[in-house]
Amino acid sequence: MLEKLLTGPKRYYLWLLFLVCVIAACAVAYSVQLMTGLGVTGMNRDVSWGLYISQFTYFVGVAASAVMLVLPAYFHHYVKFKRMIIFGEFMAVAAVCMCALFIVVDLGQPQRMANVMLHPTPNSVMFYDMIVLIGYLCLNIIIGWVTLEAERLQVEPPKWIKPLVYLSIIWAFSIHTVTAFLYAGVPGRHYWLTAIMAARFLSSAFCSGPAILLLLLFIVRRLTGFDPGKDAIKTLATIIVYAMCINVFFYLCELFTAFYSNIPGHMEPIHFLFYGHGGEFAWVSYWMWAAVVMAFASLAILIPPQTRTGKLLPLALIMLVLASWIDKGLGLLIGGFTPNMYESITPYMPTCTEITVAIGVYAIGALVLSLLWKIALGVKRDVNNFCD
Amino acid sequence: MNTNRRKFLKVAGLSAFALTSGLAQVALPETANAQLAPGGYGNSPKSLHAKRWAMVIDTRLFKSADDYKPLIQACHHAHNVPDIPGNKNIQWLWVDTYDHVFPDDMNEHMSAKIKGTVFPLLCNHCTNPPCVRVCPTQATYKMADGIVAMDYHRCIGCRFCMAGCPYGARSFNFFDPRKFMAEPTNPRFPTRMIGVVEKCTFCAERLAQGLLPACVEASNGKILFGDLNDPNSSVRKALAENYSIRRKPNLGTQPGVYYLI
Repeated sequence: MLEKLLTGPKRYYLWLLFLVCVIAACAVAYSVQLMTGLGVTGMNRDVSWGLYISQFTYFVGVAASAVMLVLPAYFHHYVKFKRMIIFGEFMAVAAVCMCALFIVVDLGQPQRMANVMLHPTPNSVMFYDMIVLIGYLCLNIIIGWVTLEAERLQVEPPKWIKPLVYLSIIWAFSIHTVTAFLYAGVPGRHYWLTAIMAARFLSSAFCSGPAILLLLLFIVRRLTGFDPGKDAIKTLATIIVYAMCINVFFYLCELFTAFYSNIPGHMEPIHFLFYGHGGEFAWVSYWMWAAVVMAFASLAILIPPQTRTGKLLPLALIMLVLASWIDKGLGLLIGGFTPNMYESITPYMPTCTEITVAIGVYAIGALVLSLLWKIALGVKRDVNNFCD
Repeated sequence: MNTNRRKFLKVAGLSAFALTSGLAQVALPETANAQLAPGGYGNSPKSLHAKRWAMVIDTRLFKSADDYKPLIQACHHAHNVPDIPGNKNIQWLWVDTYDHVFPDDMNEHMSAKIKGTVFPLLCNHCTNPPCVRVCPTQATYKMADGIVAMDYHRCIGCRFCMAGCPYGARSFNFFDPRKFMAEPTNPRFPTRMIGVVEKCTFCAERLAQGLLPACVEASNGKILFGDLNDPNSSVRKALAENYSIRRKPNLGTQPGVYYLI
């Protein structure tokens, strides 16, 4: 199937060339970081994790979200998802690649990363996180490739793939649960010390991941004519709106516990995120309020069935993705580290180098995704499973 | 931790140190051995032992931040702690105000004396250290005598321990620390490399030589150091006779550093 990569319109090659150029430019920023150290980032002694780890967390969610296609298709035999399942699985592959890279760029001594495997430490959640992510990557590569190959040959997928698919469904929940446990088990970080962290992670993943998938598929539809199917889009939009409602509900649960209990440690991070410190908004406060507005605006469009699949759907999805990204990709880490361990404020803002390196990882993810989707689209076109 | 692994750690640590510091390439084997020999821990007949090392700081005897300066200097000099300006700094022993050191103990109407003084901070060498729990490579580990130690050569710099430590006791080498080091450095303690985490070690290397920790020595008796499991130790006596507090005791970490207030 790899031969599908070798043929394509001019704009396909231009897109790949563009991505490679972006990656090369960002690699320069990473080499600067390698030589001068993580001092080039905005992280500091008190805010010791930043943009990289938050992006890692966000993309674990994106990876896990493939299950929102796989589960209805295999557990409930919802056949209308079958045409686009492969895109969810391949998006999961690209997302896990990005997760791995975000961890690598965050390490102070990346050349020693094999130590996690050389000295396996069962009491560290990071050890399990590595296992579940590698496992999930392998599962999705195998399942995606084998089912696509079967589709190309127009035969049923081999029987042995079924148990792997069921395993991947459970596994998807595990990757984001374990990632939540990275945070939820740490004493003294009030914003993270919440039992619904894993549930929050899953709900935000299950709305934002499918939303990203749909948005990307809309672009693909515009470019290639591939149509995921009207009913499939409708069902996925329904899944997204349920997950987003649960996501918002969970966040409101956090607010209730923090503010009704009136425990300062639990209130302070949230207060900082939304109101800043000393009567002055922090830069993240503007983002957090933007997330609130966009979250409710997206729900206002998505909840009424009339507008859910209408012209406003892409706009609603974009707002939903941005809102969930701000919550998880900015607020989670900044709220966790602010106030710091001395209950005072150490500001954190990602630097240009840090953002450039992150963009580089995004570009690598986009490259992996483009190549995998190109193969999938080529096969779908050959076997006439391209549109209704 | 069993002895085999400790032995292995020692050998692995020394080999990695030899490799990274370039000793292995440049120096003759004999020279390298001669330089590395004093690094061995716990073999000297003079070395001090305890079941559970603990520290009692009599903060009543310190009048101001200046009183802590010689201690901090002694510590940072003994361990080649770089002096990096800004918030990407390295701290093994430092001071802060009461509301920052004991943030759970909030009271607007504290005595002026408490409000006006500063208190020293360092690694608490917890009985249940969260940093050890979260470290994915066992680069930070608890020794049999209660000291939470660091293997700078195994640390991958993931900084999970810094997220895990509720005391902010850990520092990450955001820059090459050797560029920020005051001369002359202490040749008896290794300098660190970029990208690893470090912290107070309760002077495990000095205990091995029969010396008390550098800050304890510099405090002229204002800081006590001894075996918490020994009822006759100086620390146990001080704790029995005085009112003491620890930082964030509600987290269940069981800090090994006690403050007499």
